[in-house]
Amino acid sequence: MTLFDRTLSQDAETPLLEVDGLTKRYGARIGCADISFDLWPGEVLGIVGESGSGKSTLLSCLAGHLEPGEGRVLYRGRDTVAMPEPARRLLSRTEWAFVHQNPRDGLRMGVSAGGNVGERLMAVGARNYGTIRAAATDWLGRVEIAAERIDDKPRQFSGGMQQRLQIARNLVTGPRLIFMDEPTGGLDVSVQARLLDLLRGLVREMGLSAIIVTHDLAVVRLLADRLMVMKSGHVVESGLTDQVLDDPQHAYTQLLVSSVLQV
Amino acid sequence: MIEIRDLSKSFTLHNQGGAVIPVMTGAQLSVARGECVALTGMSGAGKSTLMRMIYGNYLAASGSIRVAGTQITSARPRDIIRLRRETLGYVSQFLRVVPRVPTLRVVAEPLLALGQPEDEALARAAVLLTQLNIPERLWSISPTTFSGGEQQRVNIARGFAHDYPALLLDEPTASLDGANRDVVLRLIETAKARGAAIVGIFHDEAARNRVCDREVDVTGFTPARVA
Repeated sequence: MTLFDRTLSQDAETPLLEVDGLTKRYGARIGCADISFDLWPGEVLGIVGESGSGKSTLLSCLAGHLEPGEGRVLYRGRDTVAMPEPARRLLSRTEWAFVHQNPRDGLRMGVSAGGNVGERLMAVGARNYGTIRAAATDWLGRVEIAAERIDDKPRQFSGGMQQRLQIARNLVTGPRLIFMDEPTGGLDVSVQARLLDLLRGLVREMGLSAIIVTHDLAVVRLLADRLMVMKSGHVVESGLTDQVLDDPQHAYTQLLVSSVLQV
Repeated sequence: MIEIRDLSKSFTLHNQGGAVIPVMTGAQLSVARGECVALTGMSGAGKSTLMRMIYGNYLAASGSIRVAGTQITSARPRDIIRLRRETLGYVSQFLRVVPRVPTLRVVAEPLLALGQPEDEALARAAVLLTQLNIPERLWSISPTTFSGGEQQRVNIARGFAHDYPALLLDEPTASLDGANRDVVLRLIETAKARGAAIVGIFHDEAARNRVCDREVDVTGFTPARVA
């Protein structure tokens, strides 16, 4: 199996992800309800909404961390809800990536930076130490972590560096789809900007598709092509990011946009 | 290239008692290749609103907007994204960029998004920045720290990096000195000569007279005020 056999140009006319009627209930309570959308190769979709709006539940269902009660999720035509667990796990190690808000949830804190990146390659069958270390060094460089820090443990890194390391660990296997849960949350504004710049560059260079959950409207304006606004488990509005933010149609989106402090 | 028929627009303010504010009705506009049309009318008459609707930034209430064959009012987001990348450029009044990105890259970005080789894209960006008198020592710095006039010139350089078949220009010469104003007007003339269809807002009457073939007064599309 080759991990890097991208055929993006051929795929450009079929959606990467097709979501239809996705619903997740926690007992009687709704996590997210009747979510439908398509994600195309190279597209970045932002999902915004306040805490408890269901955006993280939705992301977890899409990434296979939670089992939805109803609905269908097709990834490149394959039903990821119905597929056996090992097949889904393989997808999440190869074609998908998941960047957690807290780097501690996505990194192994007791393993070196190089090990964190190399580990994911080994999980998909890479065995040659030299190749793995070279790939790890290359990726640390791409996320602007100095090569001499390769043997340091993540706990010796700043929050921003930990987040960049998590991104390197996720992208080293050349995924097509990256799920991000508040990737810039908890970071200083200046560090956020650097991370945004990095993510934008990687998305373009690698032709990645991404789904970004955040409550930060400034982040989606700069990163996302399209936006979905969620409230109480439902999508209340969706469209081009700048259109939704500049000409919001739904009462809740209008409230959300007008509540942002202007800098 | 740009065809607008019976276009109307209203804003519904859900959080202010659901007030509906009609801002435009019966708008018509047709812009051919190689033509530059100026939108005129008092401040608040709806010039920028019309421009934003052409760009797909504001939704229309009714009517039709076609740009290079794409029906903007019913296009899917990805169709508009593609149209903006390949066909329809927009120079807004304000520069919005990811902080920390060097000016040269900001200007080259539309070309990189089209898949042009990096060296060619950066070379084109350098030519435009030179033309617009942005000193080379500033190219490696983010434009977020620049003066208003410098930011505007960076915005213009970015808007002209790719040879868009259709261009929207919102006050491209405002707050520019004479020399830079002349550079911008020459860029517009060059774009027209290669066949670009241009819609512009120019408060500067001399600039308007120099580059625009026609004027359309948007006051004619303003709904009768109830208030």
